[in-house]
This record gives sequence, C-alpha cells and structure tokens, in this order.
Amino acid sequence: MFDFKVVTDWIDELLRSWLPASLVNITECVLIGICLLVAYALFALALIYAERKVCAAFQCRLGPNRVGPFGTVQVVCDMIKMLIKEIIEIKHVDRYLFNLAPYIVIISSLLAFSCIPFAKGLEILDFNVGIFFLIAASSIGIVGILLAGWASNNKFSLIGAMRSGAQMISYELSIGLSILTIVVLSGSMQLSTIVESQADGWFIFKGHIPAFVAFVVYLIAGTAETNRGPFDLPEAESELTAGYHTEYSGMHFGFFYVAEFVNMFIVAAVATTLFWGGWMPLHIPGWESFNAIMDYIPSLIWFLAKSAVMVFIIMWFKWTFPRLRIDQLLRLEWKYLLPINLCNLLLMVVVVAFDLHF
Amino acid sequence: MKEPKIKSMKYEDFKDNEYLEQLRANGTDIIVGNLDDLINWGRSNSVWPLTFATSCCGIEFMAVGAARYDFARFGFEVTRASPRQADVIIVAGTIVHKMAPVLKRLYDQMADPKYVIAMGGCAISGGPFKKSYHVVKGVNQILPVDVYIPGCPPRPESLLYGMLQLQRKIKMEKFLGGRNRQEDPNSNEE
Amino acid sequence: MTRAMKEKILSIVPDATIEEKAFLTVSVPPISFHNLAVRLKNDKDLQFDYLVCMTGMDWGETLGVIYHLRSTTLKHEIVLRQETADRENPELPSVSDVWATANFNEREVFGFFGIRFINHPDMRRLFLRNDWVGYPFRKDYNTDPEINPVRLESEVNEDIVPTVELTESGELEEKVHTIFEDDEYVVNIGPQHPATHGVLRFRVSLEGEIVKKVDVNCGYIHRGIEKMCESLTYPQTLALTDRLDYLSAHMNRHALCMCIEEAMGIEVPERVKYIRTIMDELTRISSHILFYSTFCMDLGGLTAFLYGFRDREKILDMLEETCGGRLIQNYNCIGGVMADIHPNLVKRIKDFIKYLPPMLKEYHGLFTGNIIAQQRMKHIGILSREDAISYGVTGPSGRGSGWACDVRKIHPYGVYDKVDFNEVLYTEGDTFSRYMVRMDEIVESLHILEQLVDNIPAGDYAVKTKPIIKLPEGQYFKSVEAARGEFGVFIESHGDKYPYRLKFRSPGLPLVSVVDLLASHNKIADLIAIGGSLDYVVPDIDR
Repeated sequence: MFDFKVVTDWIDELLRSWLPASLVNITECVLIGICLLVAYALFALALIYAERKVCAAFQCRLGPNRVGPFGTVQVVCDMIKMLIKEIIEIKHVDRYLFNLAPYIVIISSLLAFSCIPFAKGLEILDFNVGIFFLIAASSIGIVGILLAGWASNNKFSLIGAMRSGAQMISYELSIGLSILTIVVLSGSMQLSTIVESQADGWFIFKGHIPAFVAFVVYLIAGTAETNRGPFDLPEAESELTAGYHTEYSGMHFGFFYVAEFVNMFIVAAVATTLFWGGWMPLHIPGWESFNAIMDYIPSLIWFLAKSAVMVFIIMWFKWTFPRLRIDQLLRLEWKYLLPINLCNLLLMVVVVAFDLHF
Repeated sequence: MKEPKIKSMKYEDFKDNEYLEQLRANGTDIIVGNLDDLINWGRSNSVWPLTFATSCCGIEFMAVGAARYDFARFGFEVTRASPRQADVIIVAGTIVHKMAPVLKRLYDQMADPKYVIAMGGCAISGGPFKKSYHVVKGVNQILPVDVYIPGCPPRPESLLYGMLQLQRKIKMEKFLGGRNRQEDPNSNEE
Repeated sequence: MTRAMKEKILSIVPDATIEEKAFLTVSVPPISFHNLAVRLKNDKDLQFDYLVCMTGMDWGETLGVIYHLRSTTLKHEIVLRQETADRENPELPSVSDVWATANFNEREVFGFFGIRFINHPDMRRLFLRNDWVGYPFRKDYNTDPEINPVRLESEVNEDIVPTVELTESGELEEKVHTIFEDDEYVVNIGPQHPATHGVLRFRVSLEGEIVKKVDVNCGYIHRGIEKMCESLTYPQTLALTDRLDYLSAHMNRHALCMCIEEAMGIEVPERVKYIRTIMDELTRISSHILFYSTFCMDLGGLTAFLYGFRDREKILDMLEETCGGRLIQNYNCIGGVMADIHPNLVKRIKDFIKYLPPMLKEYHGLFTGNIIAQQRMKHIGILSREDAISYGVTGPSGRGSGWACDVRKIHPYGVYDKVDFNEVLYTEGDTFSRYMVRMDEIVESLHILEQLVDNIPAGDYAVKTKPIIKLPEGQYFKSVEAARGEFGVFIESHGDKYPYRLKFRSPGLPLVSVVDLLASHNKIADLIAIGGSLDYVVPDIDR
C-alpha cells in the first residue's frame, strides 16, 4: 500500500538540502498551512455540491445543472458571489465580537479538520492524545456561535445561540462517551494507532455489539453537533428565520455556511476513523486474493469513500426527518442517549476485560 | 456590442430590450473587463432569493422552487429567510400601505449587490386592486425594480424567464468602475 | 318555531322590531343589545352559540352592525341588527364576551366604520395603520391619496391599547389596557417570516422558549376588496373573490355566484351544479395537499414539501386545461361557468383518482408515521369544541375539535345532497387531529369525485343572463365550505347594479384569533406548528 510518508519525506529532504534547518521548519509550516486551507476549501465546495445534488435526488428534482457539466461549478459561482458581497456594518452590535465570531467558528473547524488521518502517512497533527484534541478543538466552535448570537443584538439570534449552547453541551457528552468506548477497545488516543490497530478488522466488527451501539449514538450526536437537520434548531428556518447568523452577510455568513458543511465531513471522517477502519482496506480473513486486490485501492480512496457514505447518511437524516423541539432534543440526550452510552461503555469494558472481542 | 451568454437560452429570445447591451457598447479595459466578466459570471449564476411573498404569486414562487420547475437548476437554489444573505427580493404579491415601510426596510437590510423583481400585476401597478384605497400602485414607488414579470399570477415559466432576464442584466454590469445605467442625454452631469 | 322565537325575543326586549325575511331579522336598540345577546346564547330553546358573520354597515343616516347567528344544536338561524345615529362618536355595546369571535370582528368594524364598542378589551384598528385618517368603509370617506399617502416610516408599536368601558354609574370612561409590560421579552414574528404563510405578524412575549402571549397584527395585505366591490358591477366583483383565499379560489367564487343567483332567482342547470362541485373538490384536494406541504416544511420536513407540490401540479394541470388558469381560475360566472369542461377532464380525473391513494400512503409513511412528527403534533395546541364554536373556527380546524360544521352537510349546495361522503371528525382538538382531518378529507374528496365524474348530465353550461345585472332590494347571505372553513357572502342591495355592501365572511379571521389561545404556554416551535395546522391564508384574513 502506498505510504504518503515517502512524498513528505522527499519534500523534507529537498528543503533541507537547500535551506538552513530553522527556515525549513517555517517553510514546511507555511506549506502545510496552504495545503490545509486549499483542502478545506475544496472539501467545502465538493460537500456543498454533493448536498445539493443529494437533496435534489431525494426531492425528485434535478438540482444545479446549468453551470459547468452537471452543475459542478455551481458552488464556485456561489463562492465568487459571496466573496464580493457587501459585509454590512450594523448599528447597535458589539462590533468586535460580531466580527470575531465567524473566525472562531471557522478556525475551530479548521483545527479539527487538521487532525484527520486522510491516508497512510497523510496526517498533519498526530500525537498521543489526538482524538482528545479533536473533540476539544471542535467544541470551540460553540463559542463562536454563542458570540454570534449575543453580539448580533437580535432576539432571534440570541434564541438561536442559546439553543445551540444547550444542544452542543448536551451532545458533546454523547460524542465523548461513544469515542471513549472505542478508546477503551483500541487502548490508544492516537488517531494513527487507532487506525493501525484496525488492520486485522474494523472496530465496528471487532467490537461487535458495544461498538455498533457506540456508532449509532455517535452518528446521532454527531449530527446534532453539526447543527444539521433534524437537529437544526439553532438556525431553524421556519422558527428563527436564520437563527444565530441572521444578521451576518457576505463572507461572514459564508464562513458559517462553509463551517457547517466541513463539520459534517469531520463528523463523518471521525466515524470512519473510529468505527470503519479509517483508510484501512476491507480485509476478510482467509480470502487472501481478495485482500490483495483490496490493497491495490489507494488508502486515500478508501478513506474518502467511507466518509462519503457517512456523509450521505447524515444528509439522508436531514432530508427525511422533521425537526425536533428543544425539550424533545434535550430529553433524547439526557434520558436516552446518555444512559445508553454509560451502559455501553461498561459493556465495552467488560468485553475488553474478558477478551470477548474478535 | 457584447452579447451575454446564458446557457439553454438563445440570445434572440431576449430581443425585447436593447438598453442593457448599450451599457457595454463602448467596451472596457481588457483586464478590468475580464475581471468583470468573471465576477458577473459568479453573481449571475448564484442569485439567492429572499423568502418573501405576500399573496397569490407567492404560491407560484413556491411552485417554481418545487419539483416540476425547480429553479435550483439555474443556481437560484438557496432561498434565504434572512434579508442579509439574499441577493434578490421577488416582490410576489400586492404591497399595501401598511406593508410599504416593511418592504422598504427589508430592501435596506439586504447587502449589495441586490436586485428587485416585481412579480405579478399587483407588484407592477396595483393590478386588479389599483382602485383600492390601501394598495400601493406599483412597487417601483418604493424600490428600484430590475425586472417586471406580468401576469396574475405569472406562470412559473414566466418567473423563470424573468430570472434569466435578471441574469442577463447582471452579466452586463460593471463592477470595477463605470456606470450601470444609461446616461441621460439631457442631464447636465459632466 | 319562528313564532315561539319571536315571542321569546319580545319578552326579553319588548321594543325590538322583528321582520320575517329569508332569516328572521330583529332590530334591537343598542341599550338592550348585550342583554339580548346573553339570553340568545344561553336560553335552552334558542342556543345561538355560533356567530357566523358580523357586518358593519353605513346606511347613510345611521351606522350599524348586522349579526348572523346560528345554533349548532338546534340548527336555526337569526339575524340581529343594531344601529346608532351618532356619526361623530358612534358607540355600540360589545358582545366579545358572549361570542369570542366578535373580538376581532369588532376591531375590524372599528377600523372601517369608526364604531367604538363599549367594554371591548382592545379598541385598536385591526387592519389599518393607527395613523390612518378617516374610516374608509363609510360612504362619505374621502379617497384623496393626499390624505393618506404611502408612508415609509415604520409604525410605532404601542404596548398600551385604548378601550371604552361602561362604569357602574352608567357613564362611559376611556381607559387603557396593557398588552405587554416593559420588561417582557417581545419577539416579532413576521410580517416577513417563512412560517407565517404570508405577511401576518405576531408579537410574541417569550419566557425562554415558552410563549406567554401572542398579539396578532393583521392588515399587511389588506387590499380593501369589500370596499372596491361597492363600486363594481356584480359580474366584476367575481374577479376579486378568487384573490381572497387563492387556494380555494373556486369555492369563493362559487359562494358569490350562488348568492347572486339566489337573489336574482336564477336556477342553474344540473350540469353546472355537477361541474361546480367537481371543481370545488379538485380545488379542495389541491389546497389540502398544499397544506400538507407547507405544514411539513414548518415542522422542518423539507422533502415532504416537494412531494406535495409534485402531486398538486397534476391537479393544476386539470384545472388549467378546463379553466385556463393554474392558481386563479376565474371559472364560475353568474348563471353557470365560463366554458364547458375540456373533453380530457373526465379521463384525467379518473387517472388522478387512481394515482393519488398510493401517494397519500407515501405521505403518511414519510411524515405522519414519523415518531418526531407524532411527538411534535400530538397533545399540542388543544382547541376545545366550545372554544371552536365560540371563536367560530370552522372547516377542518373546527372538525378536528369535534364540531360538525361542514356546510356541505348543513346546507347542501351544488350536488352535495346527491353524493355520499363522510364528514371527517376528530375529537382531540390538537394539532395532530387538525392535520389528520385534512388528510382524510382528501380521501373523501376523491370519493366524491368518483361518484360525480361519470354522471355529469348533458345540458347547458350556463344560463343566459341580462347584460346588466341588478339585484332586487334586500339582504342576502350564502355560504359554502371552502378548504379552510365556512366562506360566507353577505350582500345588501338597494336595487342598483352595484352592491350597496358586500361582505365576505372569511374563514381565516377566526383561525388567527385562536392562535393566542392555543399557543400560550407552549414552545415557539409549537406556535409554528399550531399556525401551520390552522392553515390560514393571509389575504383571506385581511381581504
């Protein structure tokens, strides 16, 4: 299987042969940063396009098909328009916080994005508490949303932000606990180790019942975490016009819009990494030739394909279910998901302690 | 003279109004002109309407968004409920005296560039309610209208045609300097 | 029966004048009106618990109000009228404490005629701006646009409303009544809001997520249709009815045509009755499908919205082929319909009757059966049967509360007496039952169509009428079952070719008047769901 480390090492050596060591570090940081930003933007474009096409397919429509072949360049148009659209200065807002909020949201999602192991050797941040860092980074986003709601000086925004706060804090618990279940199984918090230890079987198969329960809980909580339907209460269009970002225009709104889609991808990617083997190809014990063929498919493709399936499931939720009400949302978390999760964690500990997994 | 290209719509089908093309009759700087074209290409293919409807025309507006007519095809997909994020306000229905300040405020809340489409007889002139004491006789008394779509209510096809006319208009705009309206030969400016 | 009623009324108010017209008409002096109203409602032989329609009148010399009352149990009807000769400061007693629906109607009359109602809790104008000069429905109203120009400055929202109260010593005192305290968190929902179905405006007082009080502001699409009709000939007035409740355009026009035909004494051919009934039912199905679409969208189910529109287009195709219009059909005319039905119509309806039931199953699978939808709808916004009657909430919303108020059953018109259909009733009165009534009515409507479509008799599609239509002097009232409830038309004719007064009893106004009652102490999301389930159409409320 192709290891991306070859490419990165080659670039590293090339730079070292030209530049002094201190400059090499800086250059590499800048390079990585640029790559990350470009990847982030490309993912956002692809996801928005995918969302429109998937939603159109669910709704017996065609979706965008005029700009570029099958409307593929549609999102680029939107981006150009958004970039040059006026950013309105509004009276009576807390201007500093108002302008800061979208950046907090986008930075937190960028930080979380940088933790994801995309392929063998293709990961930017990888250290011993990687998954822990990912959760921490992604939850900073809530601060941005709360700030946006508070600073807008708009009653709808404030209600949206408060809903978002209540929702995120609650569902963070479920995400944390379901990830903990997998950490117990794998014995590591380092994302690369978690993926490596799934070489002989993905955790969803290895951990059987508790892993599957954790996966379902994670998917529900992850959807809630990204503020997507049926948990899109903070921006519930039919109730709060546009929720916490009602007052944002131009690219500031664009940041919220883009962050929502990339966050969805992050949730899908983490689900892939933890439960479905990350970039590991599908191996079935005993079928040697089948496994060999699977190994020919590059690890990046494996990862993206698995994530795409997860993204599709999350989109499927949104376009099928009606929205929950705030009390139902909290009841679902505190009365159902949390107890299930705790029991499930206990079950996983038992499974691991008595070596009942495959 | 420059002819705007709009996919799946022949230029001859727009022949009812040459005024727009005259805006670019004198040509522009090649760099500025191409940049303008790029920006206009982006803008014209991503016109997000505000969810705003007062009466009957609103139902036809919804029908255009629905499965059979599907204006998402043209990039008008995302109807935004917040005026800050919308590009075009489709005035679908009668505007009455009590609504006039609200409509004005909605328009003021929108971010530039913003466009107005007057949909249906009521928005154009008061329509069947022209004689009423409480109806604004045409939304152009309050807002600068870009495209008028006649009908009571207009068919979804005509709304789509009107949106394409708006695309054509956007494609003729100058973003980097220059006027976006015809110069009045009688005016004393310059 | 009539004699007994007469004696009873005379025993309560000896100086009332009673005339026997189409309905028993009782003129009551204002001083004893409230007393009579209370007795009419509570007396066990009378039981007039439903105020159908309330019409403000300007008779030149006097200003007055006409009340149409109906008993839901004893099924009899009566018309009351009271008037005052004081045009400067007209004051009449309020009956808003007897029939809750009078609350909004009296505000409407105040806005249009300037009649102040004594003891009414909230004497603001319902439709017009508070700074509007003059009372437009008075015959001497000055229509000069200079007096009321288009004002672009926003209206000031008063939290205090004026009232006129009768003190114990018998004197009138002007008081104020507070709707919102200073420290309340008041949120504005509308006029531009995706879930208000048009330009309705709620001022909502919130406590966290919980709605404390809703103040309904109407008039953002008040087009003055009734006033315009007074200067239009009868055939011209027809065009405006379609634009009231554009989703039951056909039924509205049906009501006005029937009312005029009845006044002129025209008997329409049997074929016309069949065609009108078929078109009514098609319109009803399309309206209920649209309800499903928008209601699901209000609850956040966006895909269901598109599904509903997909099937609605099929009905619009049929309507378009025969009537020429998609949404607004302009099909009925006095004495018949504009044109004969299209030869394809019968076949298309038959195809549609086969097409829709599987789609309905899909609707139920996608939305009705969904656990989230069920939890959002059940036991939310409960409207009791008594409240429904008192507020005059008719149509599917009233039937969701167990009130059998279908005009098609009470006063059959068209050919509804010849077809067999069930009146769908649910007794819970919550959002879910209002939703289910509509979904079940689609099935009933299909059943009606099934019975009619093969049996359309041959004959003329219209009777010839004179080029100039004049109605004989008198008052006429006719109502039909529109998709949202009882749509009534009241005409007072003075023998001209123009109506002296034309009033539409809109089904929408009672629907918004219960929003406060239903949504208080629920969540914001429930307010949206309740509004969606009542399914009002705003131009129909504002007229």
